[in-house]
Amino acid sequence: MAKEESSIAKTAAEMVKGLAGSYAVTLKHLFRKPITEQYPEYKKPLPARSRGRIILTVDPDGDERCVACYLCSAVCPTSCISMESRERDDGRRHAAWFRINFARCIYCGLCEEACPTLAIQLTPDFEFCKDDILKFVYEKEDLLVNHGGRNQEYNFYRHAGLSEKGEKGTHINEKPPVDVKSNMP
Amino acid sequence: MTMPAMCRGTGKTGMMWILGFILLLIKLVLVLAVLLGMAAALVLVERKLLGRFQIRYGPNRVGPFGLLQPVADGIKMLLKEDIVPASADRVIFMLAPAAVAMTSLLIFAVVPFAEDLTVRGRRIPMVIADLNVGLLFVLAMSSISIYGIALGGWASNSKYSLLGGIRGAAQLISYELSMGLSLVPIVMVSQSFSLVDIVNAQANYPFILVQPVAFLIFLVCSMAEANRLPFDLPEAENELIAGYHMEYSGMRFALYFVGEYVNMVVIGSLLAVFFLGGWRGPFLPPIVWFLLKVMIVPFFLIWSRASLPRFRYDQLMHLGWKVLLPLSLLNIVVTGAVILVTGR
Repeated sequence: MAKEESSIAKTAAEMVKGLAGSYAVTLKHLFRKPITEQYPEYKKPLPARSRGRIILTVDPDGDERCVACYLCSAVCPTSCISMESRERDDGRRHAAWFRINFARCIYCGLCEEACPTLAIQLTPDFEFCKDDILKFVYEKEDLLVNHGGRNQEYNFYRHAGLSEKGEKGTHINEKPPVDVKSNMP
Repeated sequence: MTMPAMCRGTGKTGMMWILGFILLLIKLVLVLAVLLGMAAALVLVERKLLGRFQIRYGPNRVGPFGLLQPVADGIKMLLKEDIVPASADRVIFMLAPAAVAMTSLLIFAVVPFAEDLTVRGRRIPMVIADLNVGLLFVLAMSSISIYGIALGGWASNSKYSLLGGIRGAAQLISYELSMGLSLVPIVMVSQSFSLVDIVNAQANYPFILVQPVAFLIFLVCSMAEANRLPFDLPEAENELIAGYHMEYSGMRFALYFVGEYVNMVVIGSLLAVFFLGGWRGPFLPPIVWFLLKVMIVPFFLIWSRASLPRFRYDQLMHLGWKVLLPLSLLNIVVTGAVILVTGR
């Protein structure tokens, strides 16, 4: 009987301890400084690689990087990227028009991974809402920016990509062709 | 009511009756305004406090520090569409929310909220109705309020609402008994059912000092009575979505909501009257003391909501029938024995 009583007392003591503990924890938190970030007033700096609004970047010399290879549009899971390719007189390919429907975009970043020229890039800008769904359709002039995005120096056309117009060895960074007969042993 | 009591002893009965009636109306309007205002403010206080308990700010967008949030909530509720489900029992569905809000407000009629005023030698009691069975009236009204929950849940004609309503009724049966019994020692000590007399009996010391067990039982039961965590099984958001008021919208939902918060204030005032000496206290004016004491229970309920998880249903029944009920009966027996021995 005495043992039973002591066990009841023990259980009751444990219960009270448990209850008091939870009340104490909440009371302690009542006087702590809230950890909330007041969003519109304070904007948390996001990691550079966080995926938000898509941009089309340009070369260091100001020419657009996109070669209209259709890889981004092909890889896009929601098929929100469309374009039409065209070739300039100097043999450089570019997009005649380039369109991203952000109402369908899921910001997966696959277009950026597929892009061979670093043209299409995702930015940390996530504050992206409109009062009309049609305003989410971005044309090339809306997407183009005047900087190189993540890699300012990269210039694809310094090395490759132009269709051959002149003689061999006349392109940038290209050595003149070696006459195989001249370097025989 | 108080009118006959007020005009008794004076000659000009008719004149006095009209004066008493006007006084009563003024008191009614004041009490109703303060009570509803407190309920609205309590919604904001709860959200603010809960936020702080969870180390975040509560609502702080509407007005300075979010102080206009109750106004925004009220406007929102008023403008919402009032939907009555096609298969609902229309009449009961529409009346049930009123039962909750009305009974919560009615309980306050018997609560003395300040010392009697004396104007030109005439005593004006600071209570709407000094019923000589005030305590029984309180218990009766709090029992009726469960009809709002049970019938609202039933009339909605929805599984979750019905479960919530049934839970509400079952919970009430488990708790009403120990709540009523926990107040019996108070009646034994103060020798009266009238809330005014109970406050007057605490002129020297509050009853919490002589009846700590009854105080604890009443506090636990008050949580169940207010349908608040950890006893919010009729609502149980994560089991029953919203329980008994799931099908309600607009002002009808707001009536349940107002009822719940008025109930918190009313239970606070009851606790103040029964255990903390009502409006009595040193230095500060009586009404300030009363409001301070009233706010203890809402704060405690909000604090509990931040601290405790919800009871499982069998745990709730276990606590009600196997712990609180024997404890309150034992408390009555001990109190009776002490009164018998000491002779008062």
